[in-house]
Amino acid sequence: MDFLKLKKNLKKDFSKFQIVKIAILGDNATQLFAQALKGYGYEISINFDIFEADYNQIDLQIFDRSSEFYKFKPEFAVLACSSQKLLKKFYKLNDVQKAVFASEQINKIESEVKTILDNHPCRVIYFNYTESDDNIYGNYSNKVKESWLYQIRKINLDLMNLSQDICNLFINDICSLQHQYGRRFVHDAKFYVNADMVFSVDSLPIIAKNVTDIVLAVNGKLKKCLILDLDNLLWGGVIGDDGVNGIELGDLGIGKVFVELQEWIKQLKDRGIILAVCSKNDEDNAKEPFEKHPDMVLKLDDIAVFVSNWENKSENIKHIQAVLNIGFDSMVFLDDNPFEREIVHSFIPDISIPDLPEDPSEYLDFIKSCNFFETASHSSNDSNRTKQYQQEAKRKGIQKNFANEDEFLASLGMQSDVKEFDEFTIPRIAQLTQRSNQFNLRTIRYSEDDIRRISESKDHHGLSFTLEDKFGDYGLISVVILENRGKELFVDTWIMSCRVLKRGVEKFVFNQVLKYAQTNGCQRIVGEYIPTAKNSIAKNLYEDLGFSCESGYWYVDVKGSDMKANLIKHNVNCI
Amino acid sequence: MDIKERLNKVFKDVFDDDSLEINETMTAEDVDMWDSLMHITLIVAIEREFGIKFNTSDVNSLENVGSLIEKIKERS
Repeated sequence: MDFLKLKKNLKKDFSKFQIVKIAILGDNATQLFAQALKGYGYEISINFDIFEADYNQIDLQIFDRSSEFYKFKPEFAVLACSSQKLLKKFYKLNDVQKAVFASEQINKIESEVKTILDNHPCRVIYFNYTESDDNIYGNYSNKVKESWLYQIRKINLDLMNLSQDICNLFINDICSLQHQYGRRFVHDAKFYVNADMVFSVDSLPIIAKNVTDIVLAVNGKLKKCLILDLDNLLWGGVIGDDGVNGIELGDLGIGKVFVELQEWIKQLKDRGIILAVCSKNDEDNAKEPFEKHPDMVLKLDDIAVFVSNWENKSENIKHIQAVLNIGFDSMVFLDDNPFEREIVHSFIPDISIPDLPEDPSEYLDFIKSCNFFETASHSSNDSNRTKQYQQEAKRKGIQKNFANEDEFLASLGMQSDVKEFDEFTIPRIAQLTQRSNQFNLRTIRYSEDDIRRISESKDHHGLSFTLEDKFGDYGLISVVILENRGKELFVDTWIMSCRVLKRGVEKFVFNQVLKYAQTNGCQRIVGEYIPTAKNSIAKNLYEDLGFSCESGYWYVDVKGSDMKANLIKHNVNCI
Repeated sequence: MDIKERLNKVFKDVFDDDSLEINETMTAEDVDMWDSLMHITLIVAIEREFGIKFNTSDVNSLENVGSLIEKIKERS
């Protein structure tokens, strides 16, 4: 994507797009970066409302609570500091000071970030530093604490650690971009000298995309599923023609390419990305390598939904979407065949389909460079997801044998743990608020820090719910955040995983909310449904639970409200 | 297409104005939006079109379109 194209977007109509307020503070010329960011927003339907601080005013803006920066109330504060400026500072120091430069610098960054977050709740996106050796010591700089290379690398590592401590601090990994694209591409000396631009014009779209990837992930726009073709993607050759011993995998032909691609995909799966297969093959043929080939890294167990037949791929992907119950825009489809890619794209425009290079040996680097799987949280629960979808497929099979739904639900032996938020559940709770789009009444996104604050607040009460049945454990599947407003109890957040729809979980959750309202002397419960493009599934929740609507809010009196019947057993051990 | 025609195409593209016609005596003063930021965008687009690299001192020494054409010839 070139800069000029993004720049031309600036004249287009952004009015229908979601607005995201973003402030850019830099110690170098950032105007063209701001243009690239705004223009990139058009490509992904975001209207960036950008505040650009005057040149080199970072501390002035941050440490003055009445600054334009705080008046602007950004959702994201982008701090773009350059290695070039840092190097100038470094050269003024003596050896003793140089040896502790990184620590001093990290302290300064920490105080900047914390000051921002204390004064104004937002997300900070900090540019890390390009690591270019100044060759004062040559390779020996690795052995010298006072060297620039040692200190700049330490700063980058310490920045990673800092961002692990501060939930709302995200790193824009400029250093990785420079590794990927090369110093000559990322930096154009003549504009650095003439205009104090530390990034080349050609690299600005990539940097803008990288920042936007973080923004999208924080706002819950994530890729959750990777759909895979088989022939000439997971192995070389055609299984139907070449047979299980003839496909290129492992030592045969260019088999190494496919083994390494599979290893990478397996890592994604372990991180919680759902894998599906969509292939034009007889099912038995398609499954044979997974079962019999010794060099297959991916096993049938890794695949949540396996579809292999001779139907149109777009129909098959629609089927996969229906089973997984996630949006097309959270799916990535990999296929080596441009024709298949085009067909699927024309029927399902929301799904991401990278135009893979022709040479399979370039697949992996190319897919990595797309950065599809940016995330804004990570919890151990993620890795169980495939198992959960496979359990769901089993439940769907059994359900057919029951005369009615209640009988089926009763047979599941459902149990739920009800807990206040604690250190173990906070990451998963924050993640649910970030990822859930469908059964989410108000779609308010919270970071881990936010959730921690809520759990400590006297005015708030948070509850998390797990669900387990005889087929398996769903883990933490529902969250409510209640706010005490005197005699009213306001439901700030009510989220439920769509995997447990139609189980009566919402009734069970309501009963817990009602119980809390009763014991805390609340007179009525107040709910709100804020419609989005995706949450219509929750539209009738309050009505179905007997609330009545008054000027946009839903109300129910605590007195006279009954517990709602459901088939979930409250696991009493834990509360 | 000679250098001037190709350069004119770049100008039209960068300034997003199909009616823009360049001539040798034209300066930044004569073109709406030709400010220092636009100048950077323009230089990069010219470098790409002609497959050349300007020197650091070239960037600020270009007085008018005529000298720009001369510089392109020199760097080609």
